[in-house]
Amino acid sequence: MSKAISALNGQRFEGAVTVKDLGPRGMITLRGDLSSAAVKKAATSVSGAEMPQAGMCTIAKDQGIAWMSPDELLVVLPYADVDGAIAKMGKTLKDTHHLLADVSDARSIIRVQGTGVRDVIAKLSPADMRPSSFAVGTMRRTRMAQVAAAFWMRDARTIDVICFRSVSEYVFGILSAAAAEGAEVYPK
Amino acid sequence: MSTRLANGGRLIDRNAKVDFTLNGKRLSGFAGDTLASALLGEDQMLMGRSFKYHRPRGVVASGAEEPNALMNLGEGNTFEPNARATTTPLFGGLKAASQNHWPSLEFDVGAINKHLSRFLPAGFYYKMFIHPRPLWKHVYEPFIRRSAGLGRAPEAEARDPDTYEHFYHHTDVLIIGGGTAGLSAALTAGRAGLDVTLMEQNAEWGGRAPVDATCGGPSEIDGVSVDEWINNAIQALEKMKNVTLRTRTMGAGVYDHGYVLCYERLRDHAPELDGPRHRLWKVRAQQIITATGAIERPLSFAGNDIPGVMLASAVRDYAVNYGVSAGDRTVVVTNNDDAYRTAIAMVQAGLSVPAIVDARTMADQGLVSQARALGIEVKQGMGIAKVKGTKRVTGVALCLQAGEGAVLEEIKCDVVAMSGGWSPVVHMWSHCGGKLTWDEDGQFFRPDPDRAPTSHDGKAFVSVAGAANGHMMLGAGLADGASCAAKVVAACGKKVKAKDPVPSATDVTEAPMAPVWIMPQGANISLRAKMWLDYQNDVKVSDVQLAAQEGYESVEHTKRYTTLGMATDQGKLSNINGLAVLSGALNAPIPAVGTTTFRPPYTPISMGSIAGEAKGDIFQPMRRSPLHDWHDDNGVYWEPVGHWRRPYCYTRDGESHADAVNREVKNTRENLGLLDASTLGKIIVKGPDAGRFLDMLYTNMMSNLKVGRCRYGLMCSENGFLMDDGVVARIDEDTWLCHTTSGGADHIHQHMEEWLQTEWWDLKVYVANVTEQYGQIAVVGPNARKVLETLGGMDVSQDALSFMGWADGTLAGIDVRIFRISFSGELSYEIAVKAGQARALWDAIYKAGQGFGVMPYGTETLHVLRAEKGFIMIGDETDGTVIPQDLNLQWALSKKKEDYLGKRAHERSFMADPARWKLVGLLTTDRSVIPDGAYAVADGVNDNGQRNTQGRITSSYYSATMERGIAMALVKDGPDRMGEVLTFPKTDGTEVRAEIVDPVFYDKEGAKQNV
Repeated sequence: MSKAISALNGQRFEGAVTVKDLGPRGMITLRGDLSSAAVKKAATSVSGAEMPQAGMCTIAKDQGIAWMSPDELLVVLPYADVDGAIAKMGKTLKDTHHLLADVSDARSIIRVQGTGVRDVIAKLSPADMRPSSFAVGTMRRTRMAQVAAAFWMRDARTIDVICFRSVSEYVFGILSAAAAEGAEVYPK
Repeated sequence: MSTRLANGGRLIDRNAKVDFTLNGKRLSGFAGDTLASALLGEDQMLMGRSFKYHRPRGVVASGAEEPNALMNLGEGNTFEPNARATTTPLFGGLKAASQNHWPSLEFDVGAINKHLSRFLPAGFYYKMFIHPRPLWKHVYEPFIRRSAGLGRAPEAEARDPDTYEHFYHHTDVLIIGGGTAGLSAALTAGRAGLDVTLMEQNAEWGGRAPVDATCGGPSEIDGVSVDEWINNAIQALEKMKNVTLRTRTMGAGVYDHGYVLCYERLRDHAPELDGPRHRLWKVRAQQIITATGAIERPLSFAGNDIPGVMLASAVRDYAVNYGVSAGDRTVVVTNNDDAYRTAIAMVQAGLSVPAIVDARTMADQGLVSQARALGIEVKQGMGIAKVKGTKRVTGVALCLQAGEGAVLEEIKCDVVAMSGGWSPVVHMWSHCGGKLTWDEDGQFFRPDPDRAPTSHDGKAFVSVAGAANGHMMLGAGLADGASCAAKVVAACGKKVKAKDPVPSATDVTEAPMAPVWIMPQGANISLRAKMWLDYQNDVKVSDVQLAAQEGYESVEHTKRYTTLGMATDQGKLSNINGLAVLSGALNAPIPAVGTTTFRPPYTPISMGSIAGEAKGDIFQPMRRSPLHDWHDDNGVYWEPVGHWRRPYCYTRDGESHADAVNREVKNTRENLGLLDASTLGKIIVKGPDAGRFLDMLYTNMMSNLKVGRCRYGLMCSENGFLMDDGVVARIDEDTWLCHTTSGGADHIHQHMEEWLQTEWWDLKVYVANVTEQYGQIAVVGPNARKVLETLGGMDVSQDALSFMGWADGTLAGIDVRIFRISFSGELSYEIAVKAGQARALWDAIYKAGQGFGVMPYGTETLHVLRAEKGFIMIGDETDGTVIPQDLNLQWALSKKKEDYLGKRAHERSFMADPARWKLVGLLTTDRSVIPDGAYAVADGVNDNGQRNTQGRITSSYYSATMERGIAMALVKDGPDRMGEVLTFPKTDGTEVRAEIVDPVFYDKEGAKQNV
């Protein structure tokens, strides 16, 4: 089996804030009743993370769970682990109405990192990026300029953005423009 | 002569000389100047020509309200028209050019229009140009556009090199205006701990208080100088982490739910800096305070547009802020006390004030005494009969304000500083529905706090403070700012501490102003015809009076009839004066006449700021398939399909696109073609009720599809019109995979979610759009099986994988799912592969295909192949008005199912009408290709005298397989008219004839795809 290639193939932009492709990442869409024990177990057992509250995510390092909607989770884990995880989750959910889909290749994951990372995102997304509304661990499904995107706050200087694969170049482009030197909203 | 004074100029740095040009002439100013102040400093009072009469016009104001001093800035790629010189910061190398003159600013042939002014009255355009109609288009409009018009548009091929951006900003309280009232409000709200954002359109804080402090005061706030208090306030606010401060950022518009657009000009003063030129702030605020100040009104006297007639406040602004004298001798004409500050400022600057002409008669106190103490002569009860001069004021003739304009004396002067009182800037308050009330004392409209703009909860979300609220005095404005902020803080659920300080200043007592709308009040028509209300659009007192006389009673109608307030300054100076004149002419009180509507933006904002980051490579998202780069490297000619780029064809050396398509068609029919079908929509539908759900969505049956099999299906909208089509595969007992058209993927996914969430929420079904998870490669042609067998990994024989079946397996070591479906009529495998491995698989197939005559093909070949087979295409054969029956697809309309979307609609009389045009094939008698969209004509003409029609081309191609033009069309009674010949007129006047035939042109039995 040949090695999977992410759409951005490791691109990186160094501006006032850094923008970089994180490469292939395992992502599994799980739809189901989030209050059901089987759904919780399926998500937590493969990700090793707690169930997130609504609007939050429990992604630490490279794996965890993001809340996508009242009946949808995104399970994030290493790319190579996806097939095994889906098989395991399928077993757990055998008697529960659910949907599991591998969406790892359907998306790109882009890291935006540096002082002023909130402002870079705020140039593109109407989400309220104030720390009081968007603390570390918050997940937002939203829009970035002209396309759908989602992002979560990994730490105080780092936001991971996911977007659809076909628009990866566009999202990388708008993030780079927003992160460019001289474009800081609050220059030092 | 206007000139730079030896001293003064609180905003300029006299050590930093800045060179610039006007119409190619080299001039210089100082850092901190505006273009207007620098021009005045260089004795350039004449700054433009008016729109209609091309009258010479000088600068009138010192800020955003300026109607005259509009300039072209830059050249080539950085050219920008209609820049307001008063708000254009000066920078080194600035190139300005005056507008609306020919051949030169000093001598303009268009100015002859002024002699025609009696022939160009209000409503002139309506009266003159309405008949005869063709003359408007061919004679009048081109002439007017050439002779009038403001700045020209940039060159078509110019490309703005600057960048722009948006910024979404959320805050508790947004304060628009960083004058003293805005600062006072910010201090109160900031100390209460709320997130506060304070925006100031100018580069400096404090508004006009620092200027007025130097000439009549008040000069102190809280016991320190006004300047010091402002500095302290800014320092205090900068220390508060919850406060955001921005200068050079104008509140442009207030919209529903606390949404505000603010326009930040980052580099207009310093183009050499990196970063975006403008930033459009999209602010969402819980509460908004508009502390936008006030604008001084002109007075309407004859000749009030001659260069040198300026607003009194502007005259002192230029002297105090920029050390610029508008002229040696300034006559002040006023109906209020404030203008006396200008006289005081002029005398303090060592200039002469021959007289203050005051329309009022009142007691000697306050500013009047101060002026008299400086030895300035005050002429009470007087007005200006007319201003003398043409390109520059040379003097004024005085008369009694109460009279008809008999000249009592003449005074030589070169500046007339006029003040008709002040109007609060109520724009931001009004944008979102805030109502106004007439203030009799101040003779202005101010916000009515009982009728504020309200949000979703019915509560006010805009408040107003300071001069914008009618509190024209410094101390009153400061107090109003604090009390307004206190209310806003409470509305945000916080409290202001009782001991929270309120800044204070001792206001100078001012005598009441007198309403003066025409000077002198009994002026005859010849004087009234020289009193300008709207400088930019050349609207005079006589025009508004004529409009009233002709029955234009509504202020909105008068505005449009006379063009009052319709220029780029949107009537900031002319509004109140114009409606006061109208009210006089209608003999109705001003509040009964009302105002015109205030609409955003407050002053024009750049197109670039609206576009934001969307330019160049990121103008629009371009969706790339996982095979995009391969196409790019292999001679692709792209076709935009929605936001996708898809290969239209791949050209080889010297080939035309048509040649390439013909080659691709033939090769696919004879050897092997590869198509990138990755853009196809792929939606997983899963759950115990998935079969039921799909039976409702598709017109045909999907629940009885066997696992491992595929079925073509149609989807109709509720109204019965064909919406999408595609192949559905059953993956397992409760999972189906629905393929949609490339353009339909997102829409059909939404369509499914909508029905599941809003109507059929009881169905146990989940859907997921996995379109982008997979690349999809169509391997098509007689050699398709051979190439896959060469790759090896799974059995792709007819027995193992028959037509309309699917199977999982591996090819060349890559996991794949193969669908044996055909949109070409050939042996065909559509191979789905994880997007990250699509390129590896494509490369492997392409390599293995070398021995089998492999060629990639694009969308045009896809179209030709499917048209040769008579397969319909959503978007070609359908256009939102076509139902399956029109396309002879009755076979796909289930009779077994009780219901499905569109079923009831198909029973409507019009849908069931046998006269609906139906799909047929067409073969041209001369083998040519009929233009797509052409109509077949029928006998006779319709009510409009047009030929009757009986059919329309939906697809038309050159078929390389049949070596002739083929077409599909919707034709009245089409299927019953096989063999008949239709006539299609072409746009070049010739006609083409075509015979009605079966739409399946190639391999009618379907033998080739099922081998």
